[in-house]
Parts: sequence; structure tokens; C-alpha cells
Amino acid sequence: MTAILEAQSISMTVGGATLVDGIDLRIEAGEMVAIVGPNGAGKSTLLRMLSGDLRPTRGQIRLKQRDIHSYAPRQLAYHRAMLSQHVNVTFPFTVEEIVHMGAGDTGRAAAQRLVDAALGEVGLAHFSHRQLPTLSGGEQQRAHFARVLVQLACGEEQHGPGLLLLDEPTSSLDMRHQIDLVETARRRAQNGTAVVAVLHDLNLAMRFADRIVLLHRGKLAVDGGRAEAITAETIRRIFEVDVTIDYTEGGVPFLLPQTMRPAGPPTA
Amino acid sequence: MTALTGSGTTRRSGYALRPPAALTLACLLIALAGAAVIALTVGAAGIPLGRLPAALGLWPDASGGPNLARDQLVLWSIRIPRIAVAAMVGALLAASGAIMQGLFRNPLADPALVGVSSGGAFAAAAAIVFTDSHIGESVRFMQNQLLPIAAFAGSLGTTIILYWIASRSGRTSIAIFLLGGIAIAAIANAGVGLLVFIADDRQLRDITFWLLGSLSGATWPKLATLAPVLALALIACVSIARGLDVLVLGEAEAFHSGVDVERLKRISIVLVSAMTGVAVSVCGVVGFVGIVVPHLLRLMIGPAHRLLLPASMLLGAALMVGADTLARTIVAPAEMPIGILTAAIGAPFFLGMLLRQRGLVSL
Repeated sequence: MTAILEAQSISMTVGGATLVDGIDLRIEAGEMVAIVGPNGAGKSTLLRMLSGDLRPTRGQIRLKQRDIHSYAPRQLAYHRAMLSQHVNVTFPFTVEEIVHMGAGDTGRAAAQRLVDAALGEVGLAHFSHRQLPTLSGGEQQRAHFARVLVQLACGEEQHGPGLLLLDEPTSSLDMRHQIDLVETARRRAQNGTAVVAVLHDLNLAMRFADRIVLLHRGKLAVDGGRAEAITAETIRRIFEVDVTIDYTEGGVPFLLPQTMRPAGPPTA
Repeated sequence: MTALTGSGTTRRSGYALRPPAALTLACLLIALAGAAVIALTVGAAGIPLGRLPAALGLWPDASGGPNLARDQLVLWSIRIPRIAVAAMVGALLAASGAIMQGLFRNPLADPALVGVSSGGAFAAAAAIVFTDSHIGESVRFMQNQLLPIAAFAGSLGTTIILYWIASRSGRTSIAIFLLGGIAIAAIANAGVGLLVFIADDRQLRDITFWLLGSLSGATWPKLATLAPVLALALIACVSIARGLDVLVLGEAEAFHSGVDVERLKRISIVLVSAMTGVAVSVCGVVGFVGIVVPHLLRLMIGPAHRLLLPASMLLGAALMVGADTLARTIVAPAEMPIGILTAAIGAPFFLGMLLRQRGLVSL
């Protein structure tokens, strides 16, 4: 296995507040990793650092054995694609035009083939000529996912397996499309793409990921397979919620919150 | 339209039907040519269409009429430079509006509305007063060159300040942007007011010319100032068109998609400032061209900048030539400042845009 991404003790300090504190992370090709944690744990900050968007105040991030900040933006886009949580498009671009933006400087014909495939994959082929701002929030999110898939495919055709970063990709999707998105991401991982997603829903995270990275107050609390990462004890310590973890007949874990703990000083 | 049969979707508004790029540009070119021909024939000294080809020297004058010499004088020393200046200024203002809207991801941005033109006018007015004083005696001879440079510098300073005010960690706020623009325009206008206060009669006349906006001072040397900037803008527009498209996603997202956002912003800011500044230095503050033209075009041909920018230049040029023709004939023999005319037409248009988008634009 080759490491697509390596973060070495990265920290992010903004105005005296440490948002992310000395995190080490190594992500292999073909891995599906979910980043979870309570609000304000530093999930989105960590993801933005991994994307090369934010520069860590300490530590280093290496993408395919090269400092991520040594890539020019165009080059970096070939190796990693990222889906942001909220993208607000003010001009009346059509869905197809938006998805085309993922193709960069790829040739017109090749790009069109990838755009059509991606639109089909997210179930928006019949909406390709609709103006994006007229679609619902979930439909817009799927259009942006298609754009990111096109970018990933363009990069992987030239440079081999890349990195796919997803920030709350399912936040405005219905159940059907949440599952579709997870399955699409899994297909990419099977072809070698390293997939990292920030997720809020722990059940979805357990379905989504081979490996779960649990953040707590900017620090890496747990990093491991879903069985070791998500235990009733960990959830109680970090989320301050009592949960029951059970398994379906197929052996898939699921989690049910029980009661809130009374408010009190944190025990961790 | 196989897309419409897919899942029982009926045609709703929101489907984009867009004409081919070549057809759009050809139609706009014809509109510009038509506006120019009308502008050539009407005015204080009317030149009927039949006499136009001869006066332009396209073919020898068959009638040999006595009007030929007068027609030629009117055309070559007054009307043609004026039409050319109007067309170039219109092209620059419309395209700089389109670039600014792309940069701020906001269809309501306009260099005149948010004080960029005022900043340029303030710097130009300062240059008039300064070069006219004793200290400026030595540079007075180069006032013609100094004015565009001063206006450019004023516009650049204003745009940079505005960008700095409006953007915070990669996001630009529409509300902060518009309110900041109002504040900047107020400061620049206060500066102009101060200059008006201390200026003598001759300086005052020159400054008033900027405040109202007029093309009556159009001459061949002014064309020589405009043309290089327009040529540069045309070349630059090709290189920033795709970046401006992707920037609609947001700065962080554009970076994720491989756009060198910092470089794009620098080029766009300098370009908007140069285009607005040089237009202001030639004809003063002319508002709303930069907001009306790109908005109309987005409705017709969509928001992709590769076509929007050249189309804005053509439609801006045609509208400006038409507006200037109206400005110099509507109250003949006097002449209405064109800034008044564009504001009278453009401001209600802008209000209409606001009313239609009230539900969409969250401030």
C-alpha cells in the first residue's frame, strides 16, 4: 500500500485558539476514512488543511510524497478533489456548465464523456440543462458532487489514484441519495482513490468508512477500524451521550442514543 | 430535448436555451454598426444617408455637391472620433462591470455604483487642481497623460480597499460590499467637493465635466489613450474568462478546482481599475452601463465569461453610441451630459433587478 496523504503533527492556531492540535494521519490508496467528532472539534479545519487550502501553523502535509504546498493550484487539482459543504452559485449557470468546471483543461470531447458519466452517476442527467440556482439544495449538492467526480476522473486518468475529500457530503441529501453517494465513493475507493469524508452521522460513518478518525477538541482521540473507534464508552466520553451499539443480522453495527448525561464538568 | 422526457418533467422556467456564440456576436456587431451609422448621420449638421458614403470617401461623390467638404470636416474631426470614443468607453465600462461582478460573485456590482469611478474621478480632479497650481507648473504640459494615470491610480486604490473591506477568509459579503462601496463613494465625493471648493473658475469647469460625464471632449488623442487599454483588456479577458467562471463557486472551491485564485484576483482588480480609470479620464463618471449590459446578456446568452466578456464589449459599445447620439440631439442645440442619461435609464433598471431578486439576494 502506498500513502496518498501523510500529515505529520499538524496544528492550526488562529488568534490564540488552537483549532487543530498536533494530528498525525496517514491515508493509503483505496482507503475510506471518516472524520467524526462533536461540533467545534476541528473536523472542517482539518479537512481544509488536508486539501491544501489552509496552511497548518505547525507540521507538514505530504500528498503523494510531496509537500502539498509545493504544488501549483492546477497541479494540486489533478491529485485531489474536494467537495465543500455549502456552495452558493449566484449566476444562472446550467448544471452541465457547473459540472464541466471540474474538467479543467481536459479536451472538450474527453471532458464531455466524463461529465455525462458523472451526471448519470448522481442521477441528474435529465437536469443537465437546468439552471443550477433553480434546483433544490440536495440536487445542487449532487451537481457539485458530479463536478468533483469529473475533476477526480480527469486527474486520475493522467496521474493515477488521487485523493477525494468530502465535507459533510450528505448534509442535504435524502436517504436514497445518501446511500447512492456512499456507494459512488466506495466504487472510487475500490479503484484506488483515497476517500476522506467529514461526517456528522455516526451511523452513516460506520456504514461509509473502513476506518474512523475521531476528533475531540482539536486532538486525535481515536483512529482505527469502526469496531474499535466507535464504542459506547468512547461516545459517552466524547459526545457526552449514552448510546447502545447493536448489530444487524448482517453484522453491520448501528448506534442508538439513549439519554443525555446531566451537564457537568468534562471528564476527559 | 430528450432531457425533458426523462422523468416526466415538464418544461419549467430555469431551462437555459442559449443561441450559438457566433450568432450572438454577429448580431451584436450588426447592432453596433447600425448605431454607428445612425450616429454618423444625425446631429447639429445633419448628413443624410445618401451623402454618407461620399463623405467617408468610400466612393467618389457623383453629385459633386458643395456639401462634401463640410460633411468631411464634420465627420472626420468631430463625429468619427466621438463615436469611436463612445464605443470604446462603452466597451470598457460594460466589460469592467462584467469582470467586477464575476470577481465579487454578485450581479449588482458596478464600478460607478460602488465608488470605483468616484475614486478615479477624485484622483482626476485632484490632478486638475494640482497640475494647475504653482507646484504643478512643471508637469502641467503633460496633463493629458497625467489624467488617465491619476484616474487609474484612484480606481485601483478604491478597488483594492473595497476588496479588502468586503472579503473575509475567502468569502465576500454582498451587504458589506455594497455598504462599503457607498462609504467609499461618499469619501471620494467629499474629496471632489473639497476640490470644487478650492478650485478656481477654470478648474471648476474642468472638474464639473468629470462629475456629469460627457463625451463632448472626444478627440483623436483620447482615442490613442483608450485603444491600448481596450486591446489589453481584450487579451486579458481571454485569459481570465475560465477562472471567473469557476470563481462563482467561491474562492476556496475555485482553488480546489485548480484556479490560481490570488493571481486571478490580482489581474481582475488591475484590469477593472485600468478599464474604469481610463474611461473616467476620458468622459467622466458614466454609471449603470456596467450593470445593465452584463445583466441583459446573462439573460440571453448565459453567464459563461468566455462569451459574456466580448459580448458585453459589443453591446456596451452599441448602447453607448446610441445613448451619446440621444444625448447630443435630445436637447439640441444644447447637449445633455451622458452621465445623466445613463443614470436616468440605468437606475430604474437597477431597481427593477433588485425588486426581482428581493427573495434571492440575502444581505
